[in-house]
Amino acid sequence: MKTVETNTDFEVRSLDTMGMNEMERREATFLNLKYAVVGVAFGIILVKSEVISWFRIQEMFRLQSFHMYGVIGSAIVTAMITVWLIRRFNIKTVYGEPVHIHPKPFNKGLVFGGLLFGCGWALTGACPGPLYAQIGSGATVTVVTLLSAVAGTWVYGKIRDRLPH
Amino acid sequence: MLSTITAPWPWYVSGPLIGLTVPLLLLLGNKTFGVSSSLRHICAACFPSDIPFFQYDWRKETWNLFFVAGILGGGFLAAHFLIDPNPVAVNPQLQEFLKANGVSDYSGMVPHDLFNWPALGTLKGLILMVGGGFLVGFGTRYAGGCTSGHSIMGISTLQWPSLVATMCFMAGGFIMANLVLPFILRL
Repeated sequence: MKTVETNTDFEVRSLDTMGMNEMERREATFLNLKYAVVGVAFGIILVKSEVISWFRIQEMFRLQSFHMYGVIGSAIVTAMITVWLIRRFNIKTVYGEPVHIHPKPFNKGLVFGGLLFGCGWALTGACPGPLYAQIGSGATVTVVTLLSAVAGTWVYGKIRDRLPH
Repeated sequence: MLSTITAPWPWYVSGPLIGLTVPLLLLLGNKTFGVSSSLRHICAACFPSDIPFFQYDWRKETWNLFFVAGILGGGFLAAHFLIDPNPVAVNPQLQEFLKANGVSDYSGMVPHDLFNWPALGTLKGLILMVGGGFLVGFGTRYAGGCTSGHSIMGISTLQWPSLVATMCFMAGGFIMANLVLPFILRL
Protein backbone atom coordinates (compact mmCIF):
# COMPACT_ATOMS: atom_id res chain seq x y z
CA MET A 1 0.00 0.00 0.00
CA LYS A 2 1.25 3.44 -0.84
CA THR A 3 1.84 5.74 2.11
CA VAL A 4 1.42 9.46 1.67
CA GLU A 5 4.02 10.86 4.08
CA THR A 6 3.80 14.49 3.01
CA ASN A 7 0.04 14.60 3.48
CA THR A 8 0.29 13.20 6.98
CA ASP A 9 2.83 15.83 7.90
CA PHE A 10 0.62 18.55 6.44
CA GLU A 11 -2.31 17.33 8.50
CA VAL A 12 -0.39 17.42 11.77
CA ARG A 13 1.38 20.66 10.90
CA SER A 14 -1.86 22.45 10.02
CA LEU A 15 -3.69 21.17 13.13
CA ASP A 16 -5.07 24.09 15.20
CA THR A 17 -2.96 26.50 13.16
CA MET A 18 -3.74 29.53 11.04
CA GLY A 19 -0.31 30.86 10.15
CA MET A 20 1.45 28.37 7.93
CA ASN A 21 3.60 27.57 4.97
CA GLU A 22 1.51 26.49 1.98
CA MET A 23 4.32 26.72 -0.54
CA GLU A 24 4.96 23.64 -2.67
CA ARG A 25 8.66 24.11 -3.31
CA ARG A 26 11.22 24.28 -0.56
CA GLU A 27 13.15 27.50 -0.02
CA ALA A 28 16.80 27.72 1.00
CA THR A 29 17.01 28.64 4.69
CA PHE A 30 18.66 32.01 4.10
CA LEU A 31 15.73 33.07 1.88
CA ASN A 32 13.66 33.05 5.05
CA LEU A 33 15.37 36.34 5.82
CA LYS A 34 12.73 38.09 3.74
CA TYR A 35 10.11 37.04 6.29
CA ALA A 36 12.35 38.49 8.99
CA VAL A 37 12.30 41.78 7.08
CA VAL A 38 8.47 41.67 6.97
CA GLY A 39 8.60 40.90 10.70
CA VAL A 40 10.79 43.95 11.37
CA ALA A 41 8.29 46.19 9.55
CA PHE A 42 5.40 44.55 11.42
CA GLY A 43 7.22 44.99 14.75
CA ILE A 44 7.83 48.68 14.11
CA ILE A 45 4.14 49.20 13.24
CA LEU A 46 3.08 47.35 16.41
CA VAL A 47 5.19 49.68 18.56
CA LYS A 48 4.32 52.92 16.77
CA SER A 49 0.58 52.19 16.74
CA GLU A 50 0.82 51.45 20.49
CA VAL A 51 -1.13 48.20 20.07
CA ILE A 52 1.58 46.53 22.19
CA SER A 53 0.71 48.89 25.04
CA TRP A 54 -0.95 47.24 28.05
CA PHE A 55 -2.81 50.53 28.59
CA ARG A 56 -4.34 50.50 25.08
CA ILE A 57 -5.54 46.93 25.61
CA GLN A 58 -7.23 47.90 28.88
CA GLU A 59 -8.91 50.84 27.12
CA MET A 60 -10.17 48.48 24.41
CA PHE A 61 -11.70 45.99 26.84
CA ARG A 62 -13.20 48.80 28.93
CA LEU A 63 -14.63 50.53 25.82
CA GLN A 64 -12.72 53.70 26.66
CA SER A 65 -11.03 54.26 23.31
CA PHE A 66 -11.73 53.60 19.64
CA HIS A 67 -8.03 53.23 18.75
CA MET A 68 -7.69 49.42 18.92
CA TYR A 69 -11.01 48.86 17.13
CA GLY A 70 -9.86 51.24 14.41
CA VAL A 71 -6.53 49.45 14.01
CA ILE A 72 -7.94 45.91 13.91
CA GLY A 73 -10.97 46.93 11.82
CA SER A 74 -8.99 48.78 9.14
CA ALA A 75 -6.40 45.96 9.09
CA ILE A 76 -9.19 43.46 8.35
CA VAL A 77 -10.71 45.66 5.63
CA THR A 78 -7.31 46.20 3.96
CA ALA A 79 -6.48 42.48 4.08
CA MET A 80 -9.96 41.60 2.78
CA ILE A 81 -9.68 43.90 -0.23
CA THR A 82 -6.15 42.80 -1.14
CA VAL A 83 -6.95 39.08 -0.76
CA TRP A 84 -10.03 39.61 -2.93
CA LEU A 85 -7.81 41.28 -5.57
CA ILE A 86 -5.34 38.36 -5.43
CA ARG A 87 -8.19 35.91 -6.00
CA ARG A 88 -10.04 38.02 -8.57
CA PHE A 89 -6.99 38.52 -10.78
CA ASN A 90 -5.42 35.17 -9.88
CA ILE A 91 -2.19 36.89 -8.83
CA LYS A 92 0.64 34.37 -8.32
CA THR A 93 3.36 34.33 -5.68
CA VAL A 94 6.88 35.50 -6.58
CA TYR A 95 7.64 31.83 -7.36
CA GLY A 96 4.70 31.65 -9.76
CA GLU A 97 2.56 29.44 -7.52
CA PRO A 98 -1.16 30.07 -7.12
CA VAL A 99 -2.03 31.44 -3.67
CA HIS A 100 -3.43 28.80 -1.28
CA ILE A 101 -5.54 29.57 1.77
CA HIS A 102 -6.87 26.42 3.43
CA PRO A 103 -10.16 27.12 5.24
CA LYS A 104 -10.19 25.98 8.88
CA PRO A 105 -13.42 24.24 9.96
CA PHE A 106 -15.25 25.08 13.18
CA ASN A 107 -14.62 23.17 16.39
CA LYS A 108 -15.60 23.87 20.01
CA GLY A 109 -11.99 24.70 20.82
CA LEU A 110 -12.48 28.04 19.07
CA VAL A 111 -14.93 29.00 21.82
CA PHE A 112 -13.15 27.53 24.88
CA GLY A 113 -9.67 28.45 23.72
CA GLY A 114 -10.87 31.84 22.53
CA LEU A 115 -12.28 32.72 25.96
CA LEU A 116 -9.09 31.58 27.71
CA PHE A 117 -6.89 33.54 25.32
CA GLY A 118 -9.08 36.63 25.79
CA CYS A 119 -8.45 36.43 29.55
CA GLY A 120 -4.70 36.12 28.97
CA TRP A 121 -4.78 39.05 26.54
CA ALA A 122 -6.42 41.29 29.16
CA LEU A 123 -3.94 40.21 31.87
CA THR A 124 -0.71 40.53 29.89
CA GLY A 125 -1.88 43.32 27.57
CA ALA A 126 -0.39 41.36 24.71
CA CYS A 127 -1.34 38.79 22.14
CA PRO A 128 1.53 36.69 20.74
CA GLY A 129 2.81 39.24 18.17
CA PRO A 130 3.08 42.08 20.70
CA LEU A 131 4.83 39.75 23.18
CA TYR A 132 7.83 39.59 20.83
CA ALA A 133 7.66 43.34 20.12
CA GLN A 134 7.46 44.15 23.85
CA ILE A 135 10.61 42.15 24.53
CA GLY A 136 12.39 43.86 21.65
CA SER A 137 11.29 47.28 22.86
CA GLY A 138 13.05 46.66 26.15
CA ALA A 139 10.44 45.14 28.48
CA THR A 140 12.82 42.30 29.42
CA VAL A 141 10.49 40.78 32.00
CA THR A 142 8.09 39.92 29.14
CA VAL A 143 10.51 37.05 28.41
CA VAL A 144 8.88 35.33 31.39
CA THR A 145 5.42 35.89 29.86
CA LEU A 146 6.63 34.47 26.54
CA LEU A 147 8.20 31.39 28.16
CA SER A 148 4.96 30.88 30.06
CA ALA A 149 3.07 31.08 26.75
CA VAL A 150 5.39 28.40 25.31
CA ALA A 151 4.65 26.30 28.40
CA GLY A 152 0.90 26.86 27.87
CA THR A 153 1.21 25.71 24.27
CA TRP A 154 3.15 22.63 25.38
CA VAL A 155 0.58 21.69 28.02
CA TYR A 156 -2.18 22.09 25.41
CA GLY A 157 -0.31 19.69 23.12
CA LYS A 158 0.12 17.25 26.02
CA ILE A 159 -3.57 17.12 27.03
CA ARG A 160 -5.11 17.90 23.63
CA ASP A 161 -6.80 14.47 23.26
CA ARG A 162 -8.64 14.88 26.54
CA LEU A 163 -10.10 18.34 25.75
CA PRO A 164 -13.50 18.85 24.06
CA HIS A 165 -13.14 19.88 20.43
CA MET B 1 8.78 65.37 9.43
CA LEU B 2 10.59 63.18 11.93
CA SER B 3 8.11 64.12 14.65
CA THR B 4 5.30 62.71 12.46
CA ILE B 5 7.08 59.37 12.54
CA THR B 6 8.02 59.39 16.21
CA ALA B 7 4.56 60.48 17.37
CA PRO B 8 2.12 57.57 17.86
CA TRP B 9 0.68 56.52 14.50
CA PRO B 10 -3.10 56.96 14.16
CA TRP B 11 -5.24 53.87 13.63
CA TYR B 12 -6.03 54.74 9.99
CA VAL B 13 -2.32 54.57 9.17
CA SER B 14 -1.19 51.61 11.28
CA GLY B 15 -4.29 49.46 10.69
CA PRO B 16 -3.98 49.34 6.87
CA LEU B 17 -0.20 48.77 7.19
CA ILE B 18 -0.85 45.78 9.46
CA GLY B 19 -3.47 44.55 6.97
CA LEU B 20 -0.93 44.68 4.13
CA THR B 21 1.16 42.05 5.95
CA VAL B 22 -1.43 39.48 4.81
CA PRO B 23 -1.03 39.88 0.99
CA LEU B 24 2.71 40.46 1.40
CA LEU B 25 3.29 37.10 3.11
CA LEU B 26 0.98 35.34 0.64
CA LEU B 27 2.76 36.73 -2.41
CA LEU B 28 6.29 36.31 -1.02
CA GLY B 29 5.84 32.58 -0.59
CA ASN B 30 2.33 31.35 0.16
CA LYS B 31 2.61 32.00 3.89
CA THR B 32 -0.61 32.56 5.81
CA PHE B 33 -0.31 35.26 8.45
CA GLY B 34 -0.18 34.03 12.04
CA VAL B 35 2.04 34.51 15.06
CA SER B 36 0.92 32.11 17.79
CA SER B 37 1.97 29.13 15.62
CA SER B 38 5.58 30.15 16.40
CA LEU B 39 5.02 29.05 20.01
CA ARG B 40 4.10 25.60 18.75
CA HIS B 41 7.17 25.40 16.50
CA ILE B 42 9.36 26.28 19.50
CA CYS B 43 7.79 23.33 21.35
CA ALA B 44 8.19 21.05 18.32
CA ALA B 45 11.83 22.04 17.89
CA CYS B 46 12.92 22.11 21.54
CA PHE B 47 10.69 19.82 23.62
CA PRO B 48 8.58 17.54 21.38
CA SER B 49 8.62 14.79 24.10
CA ASP B 50 6.85 12.20 21.89
CA ILE B 51 3.65 14.28 21.93
CA PRO B 52 1.85 13.62 18.59
CA PHE B 53 0.81 17.31 18.35
CA PHE B 54 4.48 18.26 18.09
CA GLN B 55 5.51 15.50 15.65
CA TYR B 56 5.71 17.34 12.35
CA ASP B 57 8.39 18.84 10.16
CA TRP B 58 8.76 22.19 11.96
CA ARG B 59 11.60 23.10 9.58
CA LYS B 60 8.92 23.72 6.93
CA GLU B 61 7.72 26.53 9.19
CA THR B 62 11.14 28.06 9.81
CA TRP B 63 9.82 31.16 8.04
CA ASN B 64 7.49 31.75 11.01
CA LEU B 65 10.42 31.78 13.44
CA PHE B 66 12.27 34.24 11.21
CA PHE B 67 9.10 36.36 11.10
CA VAL B 68 8.76 36.55 14.90
CA ALA B 69 12.50 37.19 15.31
CA GLY B 70 11.92 40.12 12.95
CA ILE B 71 9.04 41.37 15.13
CA LEU B 72 11.42 41.36 18.10
CA GLY B 73 14.02 43.27 16.05
CA GLY B 74 11.39 45.73 14.82
CA GLY B 75 10.33 46.35 18.42
CA PHE B 76 13.94 47.11 19.30
CA LEU B 77 14.43 49.48 16.35
CA ALA B 78 11.20 51.38 16.97
CA ALA B 79 11.88 51.72 20.70
CA HIS B 80 15.42 52.99 20.17
CA PHE B 81 15.28 55.11 17.04
CA LEU B 82 11.64 56.14 16.61
CA ILE B 83 10.83 56.69 20.24
CA ASP B 84 8.10 59.11 21.24
CA PRO B 85 9.29 61.07 24.31
CA ASN B 86 5.77 61.54 25.65
CA PRO B 87 4.03 58.94 27.83
CA VAL B 88 1.10 57.09 26.29
CA ALA B 89 -2.08 59.21 26.33
CA VAL B 90 -4.57 57.20 28.35
CA ASN B 91 -8.29 57.73 28.90
CA PRO B 92 -8.80 59.75 32.15
CA GLN B 93 -11.24 57.17 33.55
CA LEU B 94 -8.66 54.44 33.12
CA GLN B 95 -6.01 56.67 34.71
CA GLU B 96 -8.21 57.18 37.73
CA PHE B 97 -8.87 53.45 38.07
CA LEU B 98 -5.16 52.62 37.72
CA LYS B 99 -4.11 55.36 40.14
CA ALA B 100 -6.35 53.81 42.78
CA ASN B 101 -4.44 50.58 42.19
CA GLY B 102 -0.95 52.03 42.44
CA VAL B 103 -0.19 52.40 38.72
CA SER B 104 1.20 55.83 37.89
CA ASP B 105 4.15 55.18 35.54
CA TYR B 106 3.01 55.53 31.91
CA SER B 107 6.49 55.61 30.34
CA GLY B 108 6.57 52.00 29.17
CA MET B 109 4.55 49.81 26.83
CA VAL B 110 3.85 47.64 29.88
CA PRO B 111 3.25 49.39 33.22
CA HIS B 112 6.53 49.20 35.16
CA ASP B 113 4.55 49.32 38.40
CA LEU B 114 3.04 45.91 37.63
CA PHE B 115 5.47 44.19 35.25
CA ASN B 116 8.98 44.03 36.66
CA TRP B 117 11.40 41.34 37.82
CA PRO B 118 10.87 41.76 41.59
CA ALA B 119 7.07 41.56 41.05
CA LEU B 120 7.55 37.95 39.94
CA GLY B 121 7.90 37.17 43.63
CA THR B 122 4.39 38.44 44.37
CA LEU B 123 1.06 36.71 43.76
CA LYS B 124 -0.17 39.64 41.66
CA GLY B 125 2.92 39.57 39.44
CA LEU B 126 2.73 35.81 39.05
CA ILE B 127 -0.91 35.96 37.96
CA LEU B 128 -0.31 38.82 35.51
CA MET B 129 2.89 37.56 33.89
CA VAL B 130 3.07 33.78 34.39
CA GLY B 131 -0.68 33.11 34.54
CA GLY B 132 -1.48 35.54 31.74
CA GLY B 133 1.28 34.17 29.52
CA PHE B 134 0.12 30.60 30.12
CA LEU B 135 -3.45 31.52 29.12
CA VAL B 136 -2.16 33.24 25.97
CA GLY B 137 -0.19 30.14 24.92
CA PHE B 138 -2.79 27.57 25.91
CA GLY B 139 -5.79 29.57 24.68
CA THR B 140 -4.40 30.54 21.29
CA ARG B 141 -3.46 26.96 20.48
CA TYR B 142 -6.79 25.57 21.74
CA ALA B 143 -8.54 28.19 19.60
CA GLY B 144 -6.20 27.44 16.69
CA GLY B 145 -4.99 31.00 16.24
CA CYS B 146 -4.62 34.45 17.77
CA THR B 147 -5.47 38.01 16.79
CA SER B 148 -3.32 37.86 13.66
CA GLY B 149 -4.35 34.35 12.55
CA HIS B 150 -8.08 34.47 13.32
CA SER B 151 -9.05 38.13 13.63
CA ILE B 152 -7.06 39.42 10.66
CA MET B 153 -6.15 36.47 8.42
CA GLY B 154 -9.28 34.40 9.12
CA ILE B 155 -11.94 37.11 9.01
CA SER B 156 -10.41 38.82 5.96
CA THR B 157 -10.54 35.52 4.06
CA LEU B 158 -14.22 35.21 5.08
CA GLN B 159 -13.88 32.22 7.39
CA TRP B 160 -16.81 32.44 9.80
CA PRO B 161 -15.20 30.20 12.47
CA SER B 162 -12.52 32.90 12.83
CA LEU B 163 -15.25 35.48 13.51
CA VAL B 164 -16.60 33.22 16.27
CA ALA B 165 -13.08 32.88 17.71
CA THR B 166 -12.60 36.66 17.64
CA MET B 167 -15.89 37.25 19.45
CA CYS B 168 -14.72 34.80 22.12
CA PHE B 169 -11.35 36.59 22.44
CA MET B 170 -13.25 39.83 23.05
CA ALA B 171 -15.73 38.20 25.47
CA GLY B 172 -12.87 36.69 27.49
CA GLY B 173 -11.05 40.02 27.53
CA PHE B 174 -14.15 41.98 28.61
CA ILE B 175 -14.83 39.57 31.46
CA MET B 176 -11.22 39.58 32.64
CA ALA B 177 -10.57 43.33 32.31
CA ASN B 178 -13.83 44.49 33.88
CA LEU B 179 -14.83 41.81 36.35
CA VAL B 180 -11.67 39.97 37.44
CA LEU B 181 -8.69 42.29 36.94
CA PRO B 182 -9.87 44.86 39.52
CA PHE B 183 -9.61 42.14 42.20
CA ILE B 184 -6.20 40.96 40.97
CA LEU B 185 -4.81 44.50 41.05
CA ARG B 186 -5.90 44.86 44.67
CA LEU B 187 -3.86 41.82 45.73
